[in-house]
Amino acid sequence: MADITDLGIAAIRDGFRAGDFSAREVADAFNAAVAGAKALNAFIVETPDHAIAAAEQADRDRSEGTFKALSGVPIGMKDLFATRGVQTTAASHILEGFKPEYESTVSARLWAAGAGMLGKLNMDQFAMGSSNETSAFGNVISPWRRNDGGNAPLAPGGSSGGSSSAIAARIVPGATGTDTGGSIRQPAAFTGISGIKPTYGRCSRWGIVAFASSLDQAGPMARNVKDCAILLEAMSGFDPKDSTSLDLPVPNWESALSGDLRGKRIGIPKEYRVDGMPGEIDALWEQGIAWVKDAGAEVVEVSLPHTKYALPAYYIIAPAEASSNLARYDGVRYGLRELPEGAGLQDMYAATRAAGFGAEVKRRILIGTYVLSAGFYDAYYTQAQKVRTLIARDFDAAWELCDLLLTPTAPSAAFALGEKNADPLAMYLNDVFTVPSSLAGLPAMSVPAGLDGQGLPLGLQVIGKALDEQGVLNAGLAIEERAGFTARPEAWW
Amino acid sequence: MSVDSATVRRIASLARIATSDAEVEAMVPELNNILGWIEQLGEVDTSAVQPMTAVIANTLRLRDDVVTDGNVRDKILANAPAPEHGFFGVPKVIE
Repeated sequence: MADITDLGIAAIRDGFRAGDFSAREVADAFNAAVAGAKALNAFIVETPDHAIAAAEQADRDRSEGTFKALSGVPIGMKDLFATRGVQTTAASHILEGFKPEYESTVSARLWAAGAGMLGKLNMDQFAMGSSNETSAFGNVISPWRRNDGGNAPLAPGGSSGGSSSAIAARIVPGATGTDTGGSIRQPAAFTGISGIKPTYGRCSRWGIVAFASSLDQAGPMARNVKDCAILLEAMSGFDPKDSTSLDLPVPNWESALSGDLRGKRIGIPKEYRVDGMPGEIDALWEQGIAWVKDAGAEVVEVSLPHTKYALPAYYIIAPAEASSNLARYDGVRYGLRELPEGAGLQDMYAATRAAGFGAEVKRRILIGTYVLSAGFYDAYYTQAQKVRTLIARDFDAAWELCDLLLTPTAPSAAFALGEKNADPLAMYLNDVFTVPSSLAGLPAMSVPAGLDGQGLPLGLQVIGKALDEQGVLNAGLAIEERAGFTARPEAWW
Repeated sequence: MSVDSATVRRIASLARIATSDAEVEAMVPELNNILGWIEQLGEVDTSAVQPMTAVIANTLRLRDDVVTDGNVRDKILANAPAPEHGFFGVPKVIE
């Protein structure tokens, strides 16, 4: 039999049900893989006991003939999800040692579906970053390397870079991610895996450390589209504890998966052809257009005229919400407290936040505080919210002409660690293709579609109408079937 | 619009983040660079546009006015850095 860690979510679930192996064997295999991959720094906390407990329960259930949706399947959990009794830090010193007394709704749903947890995955601090260089627990390193013989450590993407690195290295079969402006899709593209951000409101935000509440949305990351569909079904659903949760039934996305795109119109937004985009990205996009045509879709050009304003609007709205959300880290209720000799309450707040937040988090809090401050609120924040309305209207107009959109996921392949972190603005520009759909709350997915000249993965993005996760998954599957992406990083860790 | 070091100090104080002079000086060009870039939003005519309030049409629900997680004082205090006598402890705030 092939190594268990070569199997994805569906293969583990089905093999466990068929009696090919026990859940305990699966948990042991992945626990060993996690323990043997410390060089990737993908985990902040490893939880082998959690995975084993879930596996032993699954094995007992199987002996009684009962199976849950994810019985036998262990996964990685991004450290942004509160997990009861297990340190949850959002990769920040300010939450170091924090052990929640409660479980996030998404993780609770996954455990209720039978999944076990291999550990808490490293990430950009408070999900702020596109390279995993802002974690207080060190950079995550991509398992991929350029084929030029150099060993430059590469960014796994961000913010869900621990998730993407661990899946690409096959030390977890799947993981949770969260996406505020592209934090599932961009790391998926950088590491040659799949990931979907569902419609805003599909997954409860309750118990997820908040970054920008009107944008944050959890989603799955896995090796292929079907595995994403399985995980997304288990994560989604109405939660009365989240006021923005959608009170709608969860469709059976897995059973309705089909790569047949006949009758579908796929839009190509002309504004996504940005200056300076590498020819390889453009060629991949053309290839993607050919693939969806081959799957039966009709391809039409569409216009999203406010695309160029999406990033600047995002970098007002997200920091504004972050500055408000992160006000709760005050050194009183949980996490770090810095109390200089003789300090009063205000000094304690300022000292705690200075010591606990990383540089990028401070930068965004300051931008957010500035754009919300008296005299600037209308010029920046209200204007950005109006532009956001226009960006959402662009998509509404596009849906008059097409059912889905196809774009590249990121403007480049993975860059080397350290290459962009001196210039925050250059880093922000990496999210140019993922941010507009986030601002509009739409479901969007990245699937691996090819390799660049340096042997690094490139992704294509499918964007759908609100609530049309099925359409997005189906187009993703059509691309996956045609791309035949089987490349994987050679183990060096 | 550009920020100077006095403005950065004022924002940092509003955000309750202690900053050294060196940090302020480093932050001034960085914030100006970012703010200069986001100012391109001013080009967009939004005079007839309402600001977005909800990204996906949804009715804001009110939950029933009942206690749902009562009697969990110890859980609430479990992660506090300096709890005292069943309360959150803070430095002295009165003279």
